[in-house]
Amino acid sequence: MKIAVCIKRVPDSETRVKIAADGKRLDEAGVKFVLNPYDEFAVEEALRRKEKAGAGEVAVFCLGPAAAQETIRTALAMGADRGVLLQVDKIPVDPFEVAKVIAAELKGTTWDLILFGRMAIDDYNTQVGPLVAELLGLPCVTTVSHLDIEGTKGVAEREIEGGIEVVDFPLPAVLTVDKGLNEPRYPALKGIMAAKKKPLDVKPVQPGGGALEVMALTPPPERKEGKIVGEGAGAVSELVRLLREEAKVL
Amino acid sequence: MTTLAVLEQRDGVLRKISYEVVTAAHRLGGSVEAVVCAPAQVQGAEQVGKFGADKIVTLTNPAFAKYAPEACAQALAERAKQGGYRTLVFAASATGKDLAPRVAAKLGVGVAADLTDLAADGSGLVVTRPVYAGKALMKVKVTAQPAVLSLRPNVFTPVERPKAGAAETVAVTVPPGGGRVMVREIKAAPAGTLDVTEAQVIISGGRGLKEPANFKVLEELARAFGGKAAVGASRAVVDAGWRAHADQVGQTGKTVSPALYIAVGISGAIQHLAGMRTSKVIVAINKDKDAPIFKVADYGVVGDLFEIVPKLTEEIRKLHG
Repeated sequence: MKIAVCIKRVPDSETRVKIAADGKRLDEAGVKFVLNPYDEFAVEEALRRKEKAGAGEVAVFCLGPAAAQETIRTALAMGADRGVLLQVDKIPVDPFEVAKVIAAELKGTTWDLILFGRMAIDDYNTQVGPLVAELLGLPCVTTVSHLDIEGTKGVAEREIEGGIEVVDFPLPAVLTVDKGLNEPRYPALKGIMAAKKKPLDVKPVQPGGGALEVMALTPPPERKEGKIVGEGAGAVSELVRLLREEAKVL
Repeated sequence: MTTLAVLEQRDGVLRKISYEVVTAAHRLGGSVEAVVCAPAQVQGAEQVGKFGADKIVTLTNPAFAKYAPEACAQALAERAKQGGYRTLVFAASATGKDLAPRVAAKLGVGVAADLTDLAADGSGLVVTRPVYAGKALMKVKVTAQPAVLSLRPNVFTPVERPKAGAAETVAVTVPPGGGRVMVREIKAAPAGTLDVTEAQVIISGGRGLKEPANFKVLEELARAFGGKAAVGASRAVVDAGWRAHADQVGQTGKTVSPALYIAVGISGAIQHLAGMRTSKVIVAINKDKDAPIFKVADYGVVGDLFEIVPKLTEEIRKLHG
């Protein structure tokens, strides 16, 4: 099994967002960056597939700044074999530009699977996986929460509103994976030590400008001050009255 | 200037989110062509005229009986190329999130995804998208030709107009078998279960529920709303295996905007607040009066949820009696 996993370095989900002086991006001072949580499921799935097959390779690709080497090392510490940093100063705002760079890198190698997390928790674009699939002409299933593979045939489950779609697809394929697919392992000390010696290629890339331009990044509107209606079950009648008469939602 | 509004159907019935798509497309000005991929005429499609569609096109093929991602994407991209639309609008639903990027890539562009606002004027198309799970809003100018947009569900309230569009049916051919990726079956959730992204009312539970079985008090409250409510969950209880990931609200779960969000026994971690702060009205029920959830709640009740929630259920039942 030859598997490519595409990962992203993102601010930790507990980050309090502060906006930079230019009013267009996140102030990164003091922000803790992590491997995108959904990508952990992708790395884990790749490792399990390789382990099950008994042979193969798990290569990790990341488009990001120099500091993203650390993110790649996290995946290597989990057990991936090698990493490639597609180094940029700034990640393009237009996901199509990101997809073009990644597709160009993956092209030319025959991967059995190309895995992505279903979305990055910073920009919420939810599309680089399927864009790359289209650019490479590969079948794609998104938001996979259950996966069976026999030979070159795969069956995936993906959540939709009010149900689960069971999807047949052939390999090679691009999959974006959801929480619930597996339980990602924590890198053990041995893995962390080994990761330091694993190959990590750094390739500077020049993505295009794209067709999306950030005008402003602003905090969400403050919610107006709420009120404590009261304590205990005795406050419920008043709550219901307020929801009906003031908020008008009942 | 025409906008292509991409509708959704399941089992031959138009999904309600389609009204939101047409409403938003109409806001861009110019004319709106609504399009839906289906095996045959879609029940309810004729209704979209009321929400601003000038023309309704059904791309029919037997392969469209279930969602056929490759064939749908092909058919829509062909239509988009022929029609020369300035903008394509999708819902950022489970299907839309899968379909929009496929179509966009075929048109050589990316998607401005999960929008909560959009406006077109002389200077072009400017959209708003929540990032960092809603901890910030990004205003983006879209210069892509065509612009491909997807809309966060439950944000663009459908607005009815007196005018009705004329229906046109166009048949398209798709590759044999409908493509390489095929939906074999849909395992439906138990009847009456509503997805948190689509529910008008969400009752979410956290660690304060103490054990998984206690979620039944929330399910009873949800039922009292008569089919409008869904039960959500915090990350803590999903990670503990008490509830399905599908129910998780927050930065690593779903971002929701219901009319009413009731947080029960949820302290309000920043990553949870990020997922629900765009709810129209927020109610918090928690025993700790200092819990951060009360900072974003419009109405708070402090105390034992096992006394408060059943009482609330009783009152809601009376209203919906």
